[in-house]
Amino acid sequence: MNIRKTLSALAVSALMGLSATQAIAADSIKIGSFLAVTGPASFLGDPELKTLQMYIEKINAKGGVNGKQLELVHYDTSGKAKEAVGFAKRLIKKDRVDLIVGGSTSGSTLAVIPLVEKDRIPFISLAGSVKIIDPVKKWVFKVPHTDRMAAAKIFEDMKKRGIKRIALISGSGGFGKSGRAQVLALAPKQGIEVVADESYGAKDTDMTAQLTKIRNTDAQAILCFGFGTGPAIVTKNVRQLGIKLPLYQSHGVASKKFIELAGESAEGVRLPASALLVADKLPASDPQKPLLMAYKDRFETKYGPVSTFGGHAYDGLMIAVQAIERAGSTDKAKVRDQIEQTKGFIGTGGIFNMSPKDHLGLDLSAFKMLEIKNGDWTIVK
Amino acid sequence: MKRLRGLFLLALLVVVLPILFPDNYYVTVVAVSAALHAILAVGLNLLMGYAGLISLGHAAFFGVGAYTSAIITTRFDLNPWLAMAAGILLTGCIAFIMARPILRLKGHYLAMATLGLGMIVQIVLVQAEGLTGGPDGLGGIPPLSLFGWEVDSDLRWYMVMSTVMLLVVWLALNLIDSRSGRALRALHGSEVAAEMMGIDTTATKTGVFVIAAISASLAGSLFAHQQAFISPDSFSFFFSIELVTMVVLGGMASTFGAVFGAFVLTFLPELLVVFEDYEVMIFGAILMLMMIFLPQGLFVGLQGLLRRLLQQRAPARLPAPAEEDKHGAA
Repeated sequence: MNIRKTLSALAVSALMGLSATQAIAADSIKIGSFLAVTGPASFLGDPELKTLQMYIEKINAKGGVNGKQLELVHYDTSGKAKEAVGFAKRLIKKDRVDLIVGGSTSGSTLAVIPLVEKDRIPFISLAGSVKIIDPVKKWVFKVPHTDRMAAAKIFEDMKKRGIKRIALISGSGGFGKSGRAQVLALAPKQGIEVVADESYGAKDTDMTAQLTKIRNTDAQAILCFGFGTGPAIVTKNVRQLGIKLPLYQSHGVASKKFIELAGESAEGVRLPASALLVADKLPASDPQKPLLMAYKDRFETKYGPVSTFGGHAYDGLMIAVQAIERAGSTDKAKVRDQIEQTKGFIGTGGIFNMSPKDHLGLDLSAFKMLEIKNGDWTIVK
Repeated sequence: MKRLRGLFLLALLVVVLPILFPDNYYVTVVAVSAALHAILAVGLNLLMGYAGLISLGHAAFFGVGAYTSAIITTRFDLNPWLAMAAGILLTGCIAFIMARPILRLKGHYLAMATLGLGMIVQIVLVQAEGLTGGPDGLGGIPPLSLFGWEVDSDLRWYMVMSTVMLLVVWLALNLIDSRSGRALRALHGSEVAAEMMGIDTTATKTGVFVIAAISASLAGSLFAHQQAFISPDSFSFFFSIELVTMVVLGGMASTFGAVFGAFVLTFLPELLVVFEDYEVMIFGAILMLMMIFLPQGLFVGLQGLLRRLLQQRAPARLPAPAEEDKHGAA
């Protein structure tokens, strides 16, 4: 009897599954998404999903796009590239979405690229790695700044301060590794010498050993590339060891969480980040300011402190929506062409100007150099 | 032929499904992953179910196969089939070398050792950035092609994957019914007794370990070409556990049980995905219920149940043939 019950429960759940997926609105524009809403990268996926839901609701309330309602089909990858591939397949082949905005981490984005290229579906990624758009792939776009741009922005600031020799410390995760490669590749071209190249593991709780080594070099500044708790520990350890060198962090720590974790040690740390973090400190003449304030207000009244990651989701969604409007249909090839022709779009990450050779469309001006003062972000002039 | 009845049934199903549902997501996409998992589970079942040797590092061999194929085809531009063979050779060698020290261990210690093996391979895949691409993975893996027949669509992958699965199932069935298969089962019962009967237990264990590893490597190569992109993520400890679950869920020491377990564990999450946040919870609950009510495994348990139901009905009809028999004898 028990067995029969188990089986009938199984059958019922299977049937429910089938009928639920078949009950899809006939005439809507389907936007597919796979994000790391849970798991170690949830700080990316969570604000991204909230932003997508919030703005799709808003657009639908205003009558949708081309007279059609938007429909979000979302799956949680919990940050796993393998899951991302499965869900991307499902989005394309089962849900038959019109385009995909998603992929919180570089790993999950890179994993689905072969798939979207083969099945010819426009894909706007929300992940950082430069490998996503370099070399250019026909159907793949991205909106966040690349790690290469972050490195370039940091070097620009270093040169202004006359820094020529730096010590690098990077996380061993995907973000840190990719950032490290960009720093090492770009440094010689900028006339900067990397005199120390240290790394730390994802679960390390103390980096004094690496930093002691760095202290014994003739570096003029320390650059830390990573995200999560690692950079905060590095920041604390640097101060504990009494190292007086300027400390640079990457855009991977561009959230209030970092200041909370590093506490007073964070004073004086510089990092490149998008203008969203300092929206209220921008001059009134800044073209991005009205949008940034609007997004910030909207997000913060509903969910709490804004992060740049949710902003990426806004940029991706809006670029997609505008492309569909201009294309006048959801024809995949037309939408793709229109995304590629995005010009002068003001997003949270900067002003986007895409082209067949540039599927990101941001330049270094999109990054602001920030310094942490009195526990808050300030813009370095 | 009676021995292979199950195989023919499975083959029939494999052929009929795409004819009935040529453009169904569950057939052309999910069933392909299910077939891949089945290849892995059948191999692992030889080790776990028949020989009684637990392995928590099976994903490692899967990963070595996948990465060998990926690296050889992308960095050295060699033929995918050659790469596949190289993967099998490499995995076979690793398994052969590892087998002696590892298989001396028993029970929990063996589980620990295989777990360690899985971890080591995972770390190498992440750290050997120059070769494996590190945590970002390795892309641009070319598709397989067979005399100009390029395996580039879902349906074609379905054909390739299910053919290989049928082949592996057939080999496993034959192996189990061979002399070495009987040796394996004897080993499971009692190692000492097996030795007393003149079975070279070390050689038998090493052999089955290598066979399981080779089948995983084969699956890995297919996986790499199918996905065109691989990252260390796919070969983690969790995948090893998933494979063990497939074998246990389907029913240990049953090749079709392993296939069944692989299919259930692949399809279930796909069907449950509509429950969104509760998906994992429901999934866990279903697994728990299955293990409580069918502890010997889904396939084996259901088989037993069916047999019992038939027997319950049988007594009513039994006397008649018995009488006929008497007449016949007389």
